[in-house]
Amino acid sequence: MASTEFLAQYLPILIFIAIASVVAGAAVFLSLVVAKQKPDPEKLSAYECGFDAFDDARHKFDVRFYLVAILFIIFDLEVAFLFPWAVTLGKIGMFGFWSMVCFLGVLTVGFIYEWKKGALDWE
Amino acid sequence: MLQPLAFYLFSLVTLLSATFVITAKNPVHSVLFLILAFFNAAGLFVLLGAEFVAMILVIVYVGAVAVLFLFVVMMLDTGFAELRKGALQYVPIGLVIGGVLLAELIFIYSAWEFAPSITNNIASPVTAESNTVSLGLLLYTDYVYAFQIAGLILLVAMIGAIVLTHRQRSGVRRQKIKEQNTRKRDDAMEVVKVTTGKGV
Amino acid sequence: MTDFSFALLSPLAPEIFLAVAGLFLLVVGVFRGDKDTSLVGWMTVLAFAITGYLLLNGSWEETTALNGMFIMDQFAGIVKLVILTGLIISVALGIDHIKQENTARFEYPILTLFAGLGMLLMVSANDLLSLYMGLELQSLALYVLASINRDNVKSSEAGLKYFVLGAISSGMLLFGASLVYGYTGSTNFATIGEALAQQGSMGAIIGLVFMLSGLAFKVSAVPFHMWTPDVYEGAPTSVTAFFAMVPKIAAIALLIRLLFEAFPSIAGQWTQIIWILSALSMAVGAFAALQQANIKRLLAYSSIGNMGFALVGLAAGSVEGIACVIVYMVIYMIMTAGTFGIVLSMRRNGHAVENISDLSGLSRNNPVMAYALAILMFSMSGIPPLAGFFGKFLVFKAAVGAGLYGLSVFGVLCSVVAAYYYIRIIKIMFFDEPVAKFDAGVPFARNLIVGLSVAFMLLFIFNPSPLLDISRDAVSVFFHNE
Repeated sequence: MASTEFLAQYLPILIFIAIASVVAGAAVFLSLVVAKQKPDPEKLSAYECGFDAFDDARHKFDVRFYLVAILFIIFDLEVAFLFPWAVTLGKIGMFGFWSMVCFLGVLTVGFIYEWKKGALDWE
Repeated sequence: MLQPLAFYLFSLVTLLSATFVITAKNPVHSVLFLILAFFNAAGLFVLLGAEFVAMILVIVYVGAVAVLFLFVVMMLDTGFAELRKGALQYVPIGLVIGGVLLAELIFIYSAWEFAPSITNNIASPVTAESNTVSLGLLLYTDYVYAFQIAGLILLVAMIGAIVLTHRQRSGVRRQKIKEQNTRKRDDAMEVVKVTTGKGV
Repeated sequence: MTDFSFALLSPLAPEIFLAVAGLFLLVVGVFRGDKDTSLVGWMTVLAFAITGYLLLNGSWEETTALNGMFIMDQFAGIVKLVILTGLIISVALGIDHIKQENTARFEYPILTLFAGLGMLLMVSANDLLSLYMGLELQSLALYVLASINRDNVKSSEAGLKYFVLGAISSGMLLFGASLVYGYTGSTNFATIGEALAQQGSMGAIIGLVFMLSGLAFKVSAVPFHMWTPDVYEGAPTSVTAFFAMVPKIAAIALLIRLLFEAFPSIAGQWTQIIWILSALSMAVGAFAALQQANIKRLLAYSSIGNMGFALVGLAAGSVEGIACVIVYMVIYMIMTAGTFGIVLSMRRNGHAVENISDLSGLSRNNPVMAYALAILMFSMSGIPPLAGFFGKFLVFKAAVGAGLYGLSVFGVLCSVVAAYYYIRIIKIMFFDEPVAKFDAGVPFARNLIVGLSVAFMLLFIFNPSPLLDISRDAVSVFFHNE
């Protein structure tokens, strides 16, 4: 475990989480206790503009949505590598600098590929 | 006092939500439990002093990966009930494999022994002001090899995603920005002297 | 490590060149489009050739680079040359095939290039981290290649199965690696070796077991072989040829380095595991192949069996044994190149056919192809004096030399059973009623590869010693203490 001084910095977050869960839990619990519960089939049925629900809400989706999401994750990871680099740039010297430039260069080539291929176009 | 309490709380919730991931009937609930498990794992990382890993877990796994999962399960048009049918018959073999793994872990734990001198092997903890800084000091210099290969792996992942899912549609009308901008007045209109009585 | 000089990178020159070439070709490809796939393909071949040239001109003295993560020595040099040869053959076979199938995409050779780069890095891995990174670079490219024919259900299924099972095996490998790190305090192979030499521990052994399971998946050794038949059948045939030839060499080389650099002190434990993997692979490879009607599935089981034979040499654990593994893998690679060259030419009316019954009566329709395949099949079944016989003979000789009599006898029996299905193909070609002819117009590169492969099978007997000597030299790096 990490040192107590270090973890003390996180104490407010822990308190925040505790209060948030108490408030959220209370809202659910109180609505169960206080409100009148008289369920009947009509109340529980799905409501869709006054009609009965036609079919399942799940539809086959265009694979392009996923492509965009996956490409986002890749660049998200790339950015994640930038944080430790940015805070230590003064200490890791030119070597550290160029090592990041190489890394970004590789991904820039990927970006050129992606752009030229039209993966970013929505049409 | 608070530290062990937090540890047990986080690990308990992680384990419980991990169990719910595989037992929940509704796949959307599974993903939500997965997100809860990620959050608690991040809490465990914070307790270990690994702030950066904890935050990356939240940003990348919760912020991107789990949301992609959620997106996929919510939109995927599959009969999940049908997929689950017959899953029960794999429970015994799953239990056997799980049991073997558990036995091995217990085995390892009970035989906790190693040469005393190996404590010298352990990379001495980098004494820097924060976890992110100590990671940065190592990642781009000592571990540059792994770092660059990680870049190449991301590139291959990018190529793979595009190769497998990207389709060039034919017959799509696109906006041709270059043509629009290079259009001159003369391309679009013509000034015609109209003589009276003759028409154009 | 901030005092940097480019000399530090000189052992990596071939790999760096290959990576830069890959990036360059990616840009070339995307600007020229799929119509220029052949151009990108032949440039990839050229890139592999230049990488080989750089490798030959570099120093093969044992050097480590980049914080001990990368190692270059005689063993790495030899195995990398073999891998590059295999890569050149697979790309050359692939270019013509995807053109014939009208599935030409310029990413195909580029993904092969990155997979190849991953393999070179695997061979040079000297650290658990670089082992894993190399392996993942290679695997990720291979998953995509398996399903590159994405409009074909079987190809997508092959990619998906390969990916899911591959991810599980990577998970096991990582779990094992974490245990090994926990019990030795290092990820460096040499340091792990030293730590375990002082005192072995149960945790490290269990970690090794997990790592072996993960790597056994990559070489498709039984009981981690389930993916092989489906992936081999579903992937485009030229990709199957690639899978059968090259990645396993890299995985075997990685396995050898891991076992002999990091775990020599617990050799008693891992030899048993290799023994079992080897015996099971030989048995499954021999018996399961008997019922196959599809030639790609048959070759998948044949590849499982052949991995079993190669692992016999590893189980022996001697200089002789490991040298024989290398010799075996080289012979198997060349044999497979020829066989798949012929399978790729099995086309009727512009469509590929894959059933063994389609070869019926080939000797009358196309005697040259029939004789070439017959020689390759005889070689696969281990009939002297063909090259395949030497591979088997040498590993069994090494195994007997190491006192593994049981495994040797079992292996010879399996080899006899396996001979049945190879020879059945020959019987079908020569004695069954002919069916329609195959399409004419086999590309030159493919004919050349089949021709060279058959020539190697026939002529190996006249001068087997150079390959043997080179392999022995290569593996001697693991036995410097003796």
